[in-house]
Amino acid sequence: MQQRSFSGVSQSPRSPSKQPPYLAVSVTDPAKMGNGVQAYISYKVITKTNLPEYQGLEKIVIRRYSDFVWLRDRLFEKYKGIFIPPLPEKSTVEKFRFTAEFIEMRRQALDIFVNRIASHHELQQSEDLRIFLQADEQTMERARSQETGIFKKKPADLMQIFKDVQSRVSDVVLGKEKPVEESNPDYEKLKRYVFELEDHLAEAQKHAYRLVKRHRELGQSLSDFGRAVKLLGACEGEALGKAFSELGTKSEMLSFKLPKEAQHLLMNFEEPLKDYVRAVHSVKGTIAERAAAFRQHCELAETIKMKEIDLNKLRLTRSERTADAEHEYEELKADGEEARRRFETIVRLMNEEMVRFQEEKTLDMGHAFHEFAKGQSRLANAIADAWRSLLPKLEACSSS
Amino acid sequence: MMGSENQEAHPHASREEMQSLILDDTSSSSSTSKSFSSYRSAMTTLSESHHPLSLPIATSPAESDPLLSPPPPPQHRHLQSPKSTSNPNMQPPLYFADVGEVNGIESPSPSQSLEKSSPFSRSSSSSSSEYIKIAVSNPQKEVQSSNKIVPGGNTYVTYLITTKTNLPDFGASEFSVRRRFKDVVTLSDRLVEAYRGFLIPPRPDKNVVESQVMQKQEFVEQRRFALEKYLRRLADHPVIRKSDELRVFLQVQGRLPLAASADVASRVIDGAVKLPRQLFGDAPSTIGPQDAVQPAKGGRDLLRMFKELKQYVANDWGGSRPLVDEEDKGFLEKKERLRDLEQQLSNASQQAESLVKAQQDMGETMGELGLAFLKLTKFENEEAVLNAQRIRAADMKNVATAAVKASRYYRGLNAQTVSHLDTLHEYLGLMLSVHTAFSDRASALLTVQTLLSELSSLNSRAEKLETSSSKRFGGNKSRFRKVEELQEAIRVTEDAKNCAAQEYERIKENNRIEIERLDAERKADFLNMLKGFVTNQFNVICHD
Repeated sequence: MQQRSFSGVSQSPRSPSKQPPYLAVSVTDPAKMGNGVQAYISYKVITKTNLPEYQGLEKIVIRRYSDFVWLRDRLFEKYKGIFIPPLPEKSTVEKFRFTAEFIEMRRQALDIFVNRIASHHELQQSEDLRIFLQADEQTMERARSQETGIFKKKPADLMQIFKDVQSRVSDVVLGKEKPVEESNPDYEKLKRYVFELEDHLAEAQKHAYRLVKRHRELGQSLSDFGRAVKLLGACEGEALGKAFSELGTKSEMLSFKLPKEAQHLLMNFEEPLKDYVRAVHSVKGTIAERAAAFRQHCELAETIKMKEIDLNKLRLTRSERTADAEHEYEELKADGEEARRRFETIVRLMNEEMVRFQEEKTLDMGHAFHEFAKGQSRLANAIADAWRSLLPKLEACSSS
Repeated sequence: MMGSENQEAHPHASREEMQSLILDDTSSSSSTSKSFSSYRSAMTTLSESHHPLSLPIATSPAESDPLLSPPPPPQHRHLQSPKSTSNPNMQPPLYFADVGEVNGIESPSPSQSLEKSSPFSRSSSSSSSEYIKIAVSNPQKEVQSSNKIVPGGNTYVTYLITTKTNLPDFGASEFSVRRRFKDVVTLSDRLVEAYRGFLIPPRPDKNVVESQVMQKQEFVEQRRFALEKYLRRLADHPVIRKSDELRVFLQVQGRLPLAASADVASRVIDGAVKLPRQLFGDAPSTIGPQDAVQPAKGGRDLLRMFKELKQYVANDWGGSRPLVDEEDKGFLEKKERLRDLEQQLSNASQQAESLVKAQQDMGETMGELGLAFLKLTKFENEEAVLNAQRIRAADMKNVATAAVKASRYYRGLNAQTVSHLDTLHEYLGLMLSVHTAFSDRASALLTVQTLLSELSSLNSRAEKLETSSSKRFGGNKSRFRKVEELQEAIRVTEDAKNCAAQEYERIKENNRIEIERLDAERKADFLNMLKGFVTNQFNVICHD
């Protein structure tokens, strides 16, 4: 199992037991279910915990990829400001959906996903997480199907979407081309950093993936070369033929090491890089949420101001509508307060998250780089040893 | 049959010209060279019109000693960009530059006849006495003054060819001449004619490209490199190095005094002109002894070509076996083995190229990865707000450095791999020479067979005339004349057959000796190649 950065499980205030609280999750045992087009992979999710909110010390449930997607979407909705751990991508190419390598990569990524949630001091308290880890399959399926597509948005959210569009349109109409944005230089800097980081990382990941391919290609070349050399040796006489045959065999032997190294590189270097890129996408998602929250807050503030003006007018004219207007005004102010609070929570959380994110990534990358160096050094030594061991044999051939 | 025999487009020949870094120029043991002296060109004994051998004693010292200056001009280092995706095997200067930089190989053998020779080459021992060292340099454009057919100037390139030798035949130890590529073609054609049955190194390809390309630096450099390699190989050959043709080429100033090859068209035209006269008896329709020792194809005697073609067909399809045939079982086995060898060489050579490409790709991608991480490092350092970022930046820098180092390793590896595995390409090219040598043998045999058939048919005609004459009256005089003509023809043909048979035996012996030499040299070269390849692979790692 991959060692990734976990902060310890935080103290639950209600935990009476003397044992320190723990919540350990693992995703294992991928199994193919169903047939044909409807086939999918299911995973065993094993939870071991002593937290009182959970039933029993150990629980095993069966989950599939879309269940994980559900969990992520719920968390994204509920915990704005927090960088939700990223999920591995949906596979678009049918052919690779069921290869052993792909399944293992996905299992690993899902395991890391759940563990990151379980060790995040806020996210680990989520009710959705508890449902995910404990509910039976039927309940899970019901929950999952309720949340698909546009229907997962509650009516209030739908209104908000319409309002967003509306305000954007009116902004354009009124000549305000850009939607309202924070004018916080540090935050601007951060946003720029995130966007640029994504570009750099994507490039590095691209080359890392190509490097994996190159390893496989080199392996293939060595194998073909070895075979050709052996055939050539068969044409030549005793000593020379033997020399060729030794070389060819050695080349073929080496060719087996390369795909292994390629796989190691893929799982322990390229995949963490890809994970890093996904994590940055998640940060971008939070940036978008913060922007939306800011806009809401600003618009409400605008609306409140306008309402105040109207209200004062009404007060002066002592209309009977004043009472209603007062009522609406108070409601609006409450909403505005709510929006401001939401926005400020996001800002506060984001700041904390940035620190956590940077530290987590430094640890993750440090580990990945170490694996890279280890793998390359292992390969180089194996190659050197193999060829070196051949030289005395070749010397023997030429002296005979 | 009508084309010249050594212009078959062999895909490997051009590639192998372009690659080799093995610049060793060995003088093989003197023991074998003595036994070859009797196998000098048959032409020199049979015809006097061959070489006007005027040897200028005066040597012209070259401006700078080309043997000591490194060949590649500096601008070729630009070709080392990691983005170059062209076939690595087509760029010899690129690897020249690399060889200069990568020095991971310890050279065990103390005797290096030339600076750049690979340590695992079949070098001569330092005590050997004979050597010829050739360098080709200083390409220059020259304009041919207008000739009657093509008005206006016609530019071509000449190369300075400098020779250092202690062979007595040359009469001087250092000299240079200027030659153009056409001269090299002439030299090659004359050698092939004169040394039938020998393994003559294949010459560099003619290039059918437009004159614009001909003058480009890269092309000229490639050609210079190929010419140098070719001449050095000729100088390596124990028999050819002593040939008049080579000597004249290397030494005689001014115009090359070798007969230029006539092109196919004019030969055919000559032959076509002669043919009707042959058929009507005006021109000799028998093959004379001096022609019998020359191959039929490529010559001007169409009638002879037709006769041999008929014989060739009869050999394969006719009911009766020819009177003389290839009997040497050993030879036939050898031929089969060499055919197999060629096939496997070709395959191995291809796979070697793939291996080189895979190594190159690996090096490139490593380099790109390293660069990407360097950029990331710089970025994180510049934007660092938190310490975690600085730590990560430092880690990334380490990865970047490791990747760049690995990239350099693969490039260094490749440079040497190319030069070692190039031996495969060389021998593949030599297979072409084997084909030529064997076909010399086959065509000599065909000539013998044809002449034998001709003899037997002449004899039977003579017999018939003799027996039938007794029944005629007044035709005695003409019959007698005809019989006399036939007798004369029989005598000439008999002589020709004897010469042809002798030539055939001579070529067979040449074949045998050359194949032995080929086998011995190949074994040594391949063993060295394997050792070199293997040593290089782990040496470059260790020096990391």
